[in-house]
Amino acid sequence: MSEYAILRIVARFLIPLIMLFGLYVQFHGDQSPGGGFQAGVIFAAAWILFVLIYGLEAGFKVIPQRAMFILMCCGVLIYGGTGLFGVILGAHFLSFEPFLSNPQAAEQFGIISVELGVGLTVATVMMVLFSLFAQRRQLLDEVSGED
Amino acid sequence: MIVRLRNLFASAMLFSIYSLLCAGLFTVLDAGDVALTEASVGAGISTLLMLAVLAVARRHEKPVSKNNLAAVIVVVVTGAALTWATWELPPFGQPDNPIHMHIAPHYLANTEADLGIPNAVAAILADYRSFDTIGEAYVILTAGLAVWSLLTVAPPGRRRRKRGDAEARDEERQA
Repeated sequence: MSEYAILRIVARFLIPLIMLFGLYVQFHGDQSPGGGFQAGVIFAAAWILFVLIYGLEAGFKVIPQRAMFILMCCGVLIYGGTGLFGVILGAHFLSFEPFLSNPQAAEQFGIISVELGVGLTVATVMMVLFSLFAQRRQLLDEVSGED
Repeated sequence: MIVRLRNLFASAMLFSIYSLLCAGLFTVLDAGDVALTEASVGAGISTLLMLAVLAVARRHEKPVSKNNLAAVIVVVVTGAALTWATWELPPFGQPDNPIHMHIAPHYLANTEADLGIPNAVAAILADYRSFDTIGEAYVILTAGLAVWSLLTVAPPGRRRRKRGDAEARDEERQA
């Protein structure tokens, strides 16, 4: 849709704002409404808007599909790793108290790290889902074009 | 209205509007976290994904011509059972309902002291109930992998053509 000037200009203004709002929801989630899940979805929405305007090829230049698959596993691993870190320090799985000497700061550190994992997974899974459907559409077009 | 519609594009749009109205309702009820989730996930990304699916699938629902008596019976029986179950529910909005008496007061009273953060929802999700959230993260990962494994299967026309290519190559080699 890059031939529509209004869409292109508006998207150019909106995409950075959406990404900024996503980061705000991610890292301010313990103080205000929000968290990893919502932030991931908002961040993925910015990328999807970019793809709708500039096309899938340009979207994959921003973040290749292979990187999405790696990052969505990394997100879950960050979450699980945070849990295991507590076990290494001698507490239960997913208990954050022993991370730092101040228990409140330790809990907040744990929450932020866990939310980062969730946000990473959700954002990349949403991007992967959208790109897979878009690629399927292209593939079906090619097949019907050949017949 | 959504159920009656045969045009799937229009029903996706109506679902999005419904989610947005729900998000407004949650905002009125002071449930900021749920409202944000409903607006971003319900009205935003799920509508987008439904549209992405519609780009691959057909746009119109296939009309069902004959009446399906078995379906009617299942729906009526399930609906009657659910309605019957609602009589057992505690009255709406009472402060002494079980959901307000069990562990919620503990979380609300101790979030500030335990964690030093004001958002009790984030505290419950990421800290008190972290096991639930790790399950959620794995569900999302699994959903992504499932869609990936389903959609990377070659479409029927393409598969036939590929096999044809291989056979042609074999014949060339034999010749």
